[in-house]
Amino acid sequence: MKESSGGNLLLTNVTLFDPAEGILGGAGPLLVLDGRIAPPGTPAPPGTPELDGRGGILSPGFIDLHAHFREPGFEYKETIASGSRAAAAGGFTSVCVMANTSPVNDNAAVTRAIVDRAREVNLVRVFPIGAVTRGLEGQELSEMGALASAGCVAFSDDGRPVSTALMLRRALEYSRLFGLPVIDHCEDLVLSNRGVMNEGSVSAELGLAGIPNASEEVSIARDLSVLELSGGRLHVAHLSTAGGVRLVREAKRRHLPVTAETCPHYFALTDEAVRCHGTHAKMNPPLRREEDRLAVIDGLRDGTIDVIATDHAPHAPHEKEQEFDRAPFGIIGLETAFALSLDLVREGFLTFSELIYRLSTRPAELFGLPRGSLRTGGLADLVLLDLSGEWEAGRPGYRSKSRNSPFTGRRMKGAVAATILGGRIVYAREQP
Amino acid sequence: MPDRLIPSPIPAFGPHLLSLSGMTQERITGILDAAEAFLDVGQQTVKKVPVLRGKTLVNLFYESSTRTRSSFEIAAKRLSADVINVTPSQSSVTKGESLADTVKTIEALGADGIVIRHASSGAAEFVAERVECHVVNGGDGCHEHPTQGLLDLFTIRKKKGRVEGLTVAIVGDILHSRVARSNILGLSAMGAHIRLVAPPTLLPRGIDGWPVEVFDRLDRGIEGADVVMALRLQLERASGGYIPSLAEYSRFYGLSREVLERHAPKAVVLHPGPVNRGVELSGEESWTNDVAILDQVEYGVAVRMAVLYLLMGGGGGESAPPNAATRGEGL
Repeated sequence: MKESSGGNLLLTNVTLFDPAEGILGGAGPLLVLDGRIAPPGTPAPPGTPELDGRGGILSPGFIDLHAHFREPGFEYKETIASGSRAAAAGGFTSVCVMANTSPVNDNAAVTRAIVDRAREVNLVRVFPIGAVTRGLEGQELSEMGALASAGCVAFSDDGRPVSTALMLRRALEYSRLFGLPVIDHCEDLVLSNRGVMNEGSVSAELGLAGIPNASEEVSIARDLSVLELSGGRLHVAHLSTAGGVRLVREAKRRHLPVTAETCPHYFALTDEAVRCHGTHAKMNPPLRREEDRLAVIDGLRDGTIDVIATDHAPHAPHEKEQEFDRAPFGIIGLETAFALSLDLVREGFLTFSELIYRLSTRPAELFGLPRGSLRTGGLADLVLLDLSGEWEAGRPGYRSKSRNSPFTGRRMKGAVAATILGGRIVYAREQP
Repeated sequence: MPDRLIPSPIPAFGPHLLSLSGMTQERITGILDAAEAFLDVGQQTVKKVPVLRGKTLVNLFYESSTRTRSSFEIAAKRLSADVINVTPSQSSVTKGESLADTVKTIEALGADGIVIRHASSGAAEFVAERVECHVVNGGDGCHEHPTQGLLDLFTIRKKKGRVEGLTVAIVGDILHSRVARSNILGLSAMGAHIRLVAPPTLLPRGIDGWPVEVFDRLDRGIEGADVVMALRLQLERASGGYIPSLAEYSRFYGLSREVLERHAPKAVVLHPGPVNRGVELSGEESWTNDVAILDQVEYGVAVRMAVLYLLMGGGGGESAPPNAATRGEGL
């Protein structure tokens, strides 16, 4: 894929942070020429626009492996344009978008339409994820070759688990042709039994049908056994349980080709949040108990969980403002992900370098995206961070078209000051 | 009318009755005392007091219910309120008006109070967040049924003279029972000892923090109990795989004259109704125990009168307590 080239930009008064290149706290400035990072010491040509970083940290732009932009088909929830604006405001320069659109992204025409639209919008780089099975129906493999040629970077039936162990086997085997990972939403739907939140003390009290941890664990165990048989690459989406973390950790110890992600809400909240945030705390997998939250953090710390993704899942107010059991699963996450993740650094669970690694470098590695670093000659997809910047989530509003977030109104510390795509400023925070 | 009680209406109570969670012994006692006064209204030849004259109560029942809806309707009418029953059919729900829009419409029609019965847990709170008028939870999903909890407490108090210190065994489908949840909250606030008796499949996970003892055998669970409360078993629990069959459930958890005589001879037997004869309770006609199911129905009206009065009786000239009001009417 030809990357759109950008302009020139001189970033001054910045501290450089790049886990990939081992630049941890290097002094700026950084020069971008024609959308790419110039060798250190290159003099800026006359007339180069300058961005004063005000002492902020400049790191590779964040890369989200899991988002829903809803276009085509559900433009009332989100569009590629509004999703891109939300991503840019959250410091993301690349976003992988799930296939559960309408029509489903199970053929090259839909993939190309998404890619073309994203290029028109041109605020973030959008990488489609193709469906594992036609129509996400779990019956027949989609044409993975055509999808890969059209620009898909992975395959997933997200929203649903890959239907059967046999279908997963075929998908993992066949996807080896293209070297692309299969992402699974790990859930045993029968065991979930139409549950709507985590099964535990809160669901017992609220009288809401519970989804047990075992729903996720049984499915991960299935997938890992199949992976051992099939080969290929398995990426476990939105890990939420202590048992799931343990299973992936053991599999990695045995060098199975498995990777995993979690989302900020799984380390920032527990199922207690359902009490006060209602359907804005309803997502799948559900928010779990405190011991799960701590296990997820532990997984991020020891590398069992490779990346932080958002599972940005916009839904319209009339859909979320329903009885709890009727409302759809999912919350938006692009605009709040960084500040929530930075809490892990402040609380001493991760180093800042590890955080950037899990938000940028590592996701780029997993999906083979040539970015996520500040290396000379690389694409200047960058984010400028103000670690002490304070703001209030969702105020005055979100860039996303939807506002289904349990974090709305929360005081956040750690702000995205600017987002730069190929040397072009695509987001700049208003000075408070 | 006896010349006692009737706590001042709204300030002690809050605008809604959604749950028994957080209710203190004092507050519950206040409601039960008020119900006691209203019980007398039901004994009069003219069973009516004018305390809610000019007020409109809407019974919004998304689930079919004869007992609870009639009870609220009679209670409100005895208080001289106008009562409208709205029973949206499931088909019109699927066709489209949302619960939020429906309740706003009802409020715009001029309702002063809404009693909501709904299959979704949390529906009553959902409604209360969206309207200015009073909301009474008439049963929301598997969450709560607070007026049932209160009328059970009232029945226990009538039968045993107190609630504090009594041992109450709740038998059956705890997992899906809003009646159980409200009773557990109410009984524990009142200082009763609570036992839950259920097969493991019908017991919620995560109840370690609840103030209850859990039994899986009926005989041990009801041994020496002062009150045995059977819960209604939805007949579809067998097809849902929670129990092998109604017959086996009945064999292990059905209350019979014999098992009660042997293990809880002094127990008052309660059931929220409607009873599945031969399932929760055996079909026999004569019991040596005090089976108070019809008393519960009668007391339910008085308890709901008390609740509606305490919520809606404030403000304006119509809010005099029933003893004063009845004097005014010359009853």
